[in-house]
Amino acid sequence: MELYELTVHELHEKLVSGETTAREVLDAYYRRIEAVEDRVHAYISLMKETAYAQAEEADRSIREGRIGPLTGVPIALKDICCTRGFPTTCASRILENFRPPYDATVVARLRAAGAVFTGKTNMDEFAMGSSTETSYFGVTRNPWDLERIPGGSSGGSAAAVAADECAAAIGSDTGGSIRQPAALCGVVGMKPTYGRVSRFGLVAFASSLDQIGPFTKDVRDCAILMNVIAGHDPRESTSVPVEIPDYRAFLDRSVEGWKIGIPREYFMEGIDPEVRAAVEGAARALEGSGAKLIEVSLPHTKYCVAVYYIIAPAEASSNLARYDGVRYGFRAEDPRDLLEMYKKTRSAGFGAEVKRRIIIGTYVLSSGYYEAYYKKASQVRALIREDFDRVFALCDVILTPTTPTAAFRLGEKLDDPIQMYLSDIFTISANLAGIPGISVPCGFTGEGLPVGVQFLAPHFEEGRLIQIGSALSTLMPREVRRPRL
Amino acid sequence: MEYEPVIGLEVHAQLLTSSKIFCACSTAFGAPPNTNTCPVCLGMPGVLPVLNRKVVEFAVKMALATNCRINTYNRFARKNYFYPDLPKGYQISQYALPLAEDGHLIVETAAGKKRIGITRIHMEEDAGKLIHDEHNPYSYVDLNRTGVPLIEIVSEPDIHSAEEAAAYLRALHEILVYLGICDGNMEEGSFRCDANVSLRPKGQEAFGTRTELKNMNSFRNVQRALEYEIKRQEYILEGGGEIVQETRLWDDSQGVTNPMRGKEEAHDYRYFPDPDLVTVHIDETWIEEIRKTLPELPMARRERLQKEYGLPAYDAGVLTSSRALADYYEEAARLCGAPKIAANWVMGDLLKLLNEEGKTFDACPVGAASLARMIRLIEDGTISGKIAKELLQEMYAAGKEPEEIIAERGLVQITDEGALKAVIEEILAANPAQVAQYRAGKEKVFGFFVGQAMKATGGKANPRLLNDLLKRMLAP
Amino acid sequence: MKITQEEVRHVAHLARLEFPEDQIGKFTIQLNDILMYMEMLNALDTKGVEPMTHATVLYNAFRDDEVKPSLGEGESLANAPDPRGQFFRVPRVIE
Repeated sequence: MELYELTVHELHEKLVSGETTAREVLDAYYRRIEAVEDRVHAYISLMKETAYAQAEEADRSIREGRIGPLTGVPIALKDICCTRGFPTTCASRILENFRPPYDATVVARLRAAGAVFTGKTNMDEFAMGSSTETSYFGVTRNPWDLERIPGGSSGGSAAAVAADECAAAIGSDTGGSIRQPAALCGVVGMKPTYGRVSRFGLVAFASSLDQIGPFTKDVRDCAILMNVIAGHDPRESTSVPVEIPDYRAFLDRSVEGWKIGIPREYFMEGIDPEVRAAVEGAARALEGSGAKLIEVSLPHTKYCVAVYYIIAPAEASSNLARYDGVRYGFRAEDPRDLLEMYKKTRSAGFGAEVKRRIIIGTYVLSSGYYEAYYKKASQVRALIREDFDRVFALCDVILTPTTPTAAFRLGEKLDDPIQMYLSDIFTISANLAGIPGISVPCGFTGEGLPVGVQFLAPHFEEGRLIQIGSALSTLMPREVRRPRL
Repeated sequence: MEYEPVIGLEVHAQLLTSSKIFCACSTAFGAPPNTNTCPVCLGMPGVLPVLNRKVVEFAVKMALATNCRINTYNRFARKNYFYPDLPKGYQISQYALPLAEDGHLIVETAAGKKRIGITRIHMEEDAGKLIHDEHNPYSYVDLNRTGVPLIEIVSEPDIHSAEEAAAYLRALHEILVYLGICDGNMEEGSFRCDANVSLRPKGQEAFGTRTELKNMNSFRNVQRALEYEIKRQEYILEGGGEIVQETRLWDDSQGVTNPMRGKEEAHDYRYFPDPDLVTVHIDETWIEEIRKTLPELPMARRERLQKEYGLPAYDAGVLTSSRALADYYEEAARLCGAPKIAANWVMGDLLKLLNEEGKTFDACPVGAASLARMIRLIEDGTISGKIAKELLQEMYAAGKEPEEIIAERGLVQITDEGALKAVIEEILAANPAQVAQYRAGKEKVFGFFVGQAMKATGGKANPRLLNDLLKRMLAP
Repeated sequence: MKITQEEVRHVAHLARLEFPEDQIGKFTIQLNDILMYMEMLNALDTKGVEPMTHATVLYNAFRDDEVKPSLGEGESLANAPDPRGQFFRVPRVIE
């Protein structure tokens, strides 16, 4: 087995035992990247120089017996996480050459844990998309089928983990941007509770929905990463000051006696039969191990996409106003006056989907429409959250498909915003309610495309997601299939 | 037709915190451009605001001092517009749920006391500064001021003259400075005022079309600008014209208001709750804690000073014009036990000395206790009032205690009857003609003898004793 | 139509964006589709429902009034597209 095929915990063992070195591991990864990257295009930029310095430092600290949970482990960062002194683009032309003078809190925490950063991964521009096709730096392809999308917006992080171009990756999830690409690329992806992982230094898309989370090869790695990145941050007002459990404690535990809610609204028509079969297979496997499946109802589910596509663009229209060509980033050349500078800079700096969402967001907040759109959506959002509160009184976790279909073809939905938006139909609700969710691989379609099952838990109960995800992995051992690259 | 002006004022006051409202950069004025800046106040990607607790406390103080109802739950909102001095493309302010509402202030005007309603007080961040190049088509952006905490105090349209507006502003200014939450410096922009002005026929209830006045950076300018604008609108209305709703800038040098040159566009700020900041919850306990720290407010103090010390309204007004002055006065008055006399010294000689140097009572070289002792020395006859005037100057210049200077310079009054008699005898002997005049009924000559005696004693003769002796010795 | 081409132009101006005239038509149609989709919310009665504006129910996240170092010399302007001396330069603002 190649070094780059190992999980984080397997790598950690080999590094600690001295069987390999951080430098060897990093070499292996960069060789792998060199071999597959021109086909996958998971990265926007590689951090070779600093990565080798980090690897060297990791080897030194291992020799000295200072071993962090991620010492020497190569990790990829979605290019939405600010990295001190290293370009952070958000896959947008407007952040051309922007080098933040600060690290995102999550980046600082990973650094402190000994991680080695391989590079910054590709994404939909400003995380607006479900296919990683709206990046200024070109599309990322699904390692399982290069003619298909990897999902989005964190498609580069999902593809990098699936293609073994890193041991684990960081992504962000505003409406499913971790869970959806994780499902489509056959890896584990978690969106923690809102407020659990600091958003400081995460370039904002929709501030009340954004949350950072890990992409990993298995659930154990997910627990390890969560242990590092979760926790209160005084630099974020919405960061929740509560204790973080050791998520590893939830691994390898049975879910016997658990009540698993199956929301009928998530198994509606339009869901791909093969996806449905794989997800139902996962549910039956859990039932077989002693969990109880109960049918539940989340009656406001059908409104989620509409609510999301009002609230997220509204917040985004404001969050993206700072890209004005004054203090950093791209500025259009030779503007005649200030107004022209703004308009030319922003029109040339942002791609089509970002502009579309800024327009929607500006419209729904504008005078005369605020009540009908933004306020109405915020009220329905409260109802969606209440749905979950009610259902979690009846069950421990909720089980749904992560996506209605497996990975679709490149370009298939690019010109049809609503169809694209509907590909997030099962993941959006967790962001609206602020609850945690995880996508775990649960099989393949006949064409060999991965399928993911999503579990949702009440606020701050990521532990339950680790526990049931870990249980499912034991029940349905990871198929030794790997993408043929 | 007779018109009634309707004026509403919006005051922005910078709060005297050390750090900015949402980040830890310094609020100090006058730093080199763009040095009191960090990723948060520069509006860099991904950074987040965290609220300075002191801003809330200061804002609550002002709300309590202006009789507002404090909203137990209040919230920040984003005000969205593009401008180069606004890094994020939105200003963090409060909108639907401000800190405080429904207050009022009692203001003293020429026509007596008047109640002016306060619609709301809210917290927000200041914007940066633009410097315009006179010769080239560029502006330069300095973001040091970005994120300095402000409170905005919005009055009801209860004000009906320029004079009332100025009185209201002075009262607000005085309270802010008294509370120690704003330095009140209008030149540096710590206290800024915009005005909404409209006219309506007297007796009519509906408001006329209003204009918004900006760029008035002193009380005097506010009054002048309002006076001008009221006349301007009157003139238009009387000529059958219509007022254009617009923003106008006060031009101090020309003494006129002009419409803003920039393209006026219909503002649509798209306010919505800021998702990056959590709701501010101010419970009764917190309010009470803050209430306990409030000083006595200027108007109450003025009234108390009149009652307690029997001072005239004018004196009480001068003595409470700043908290430091009032504190100084009260200490001196208490220590010397002669409040009227203390008032005269504080308002007269001492204030003049301080004004000459542009100093305030915080930095007065003569302590209140020293002044009190000096007054007691006058009262018990040790020194004369005339000597005291010189003495105070010396105390001020040298920072010495009165007794020390009196001893050094031998300023103690001559109260010894025998010694003074001898001096007078000499004078009478030397000036027989004047003595004769006086005795012939020309009483004016009396002053001549007083002057001579004072001259001979170097001003140290006890005036009352001198008077008595002269009268007795000149008697025919 | 939920939104006209004229409104799209106005909203674009508010957002400081511009679109080539030949794209406005297609763009308006797409926006209309999206806004039509959102119409479904009107079917719900939300009278008296408190809007959910935050994903947390936290109150009072404060910092103490302490000054910490700002960015180092030159760092504030390091990313600026048109720095001039110690300032960010922009086309003249007319007041």
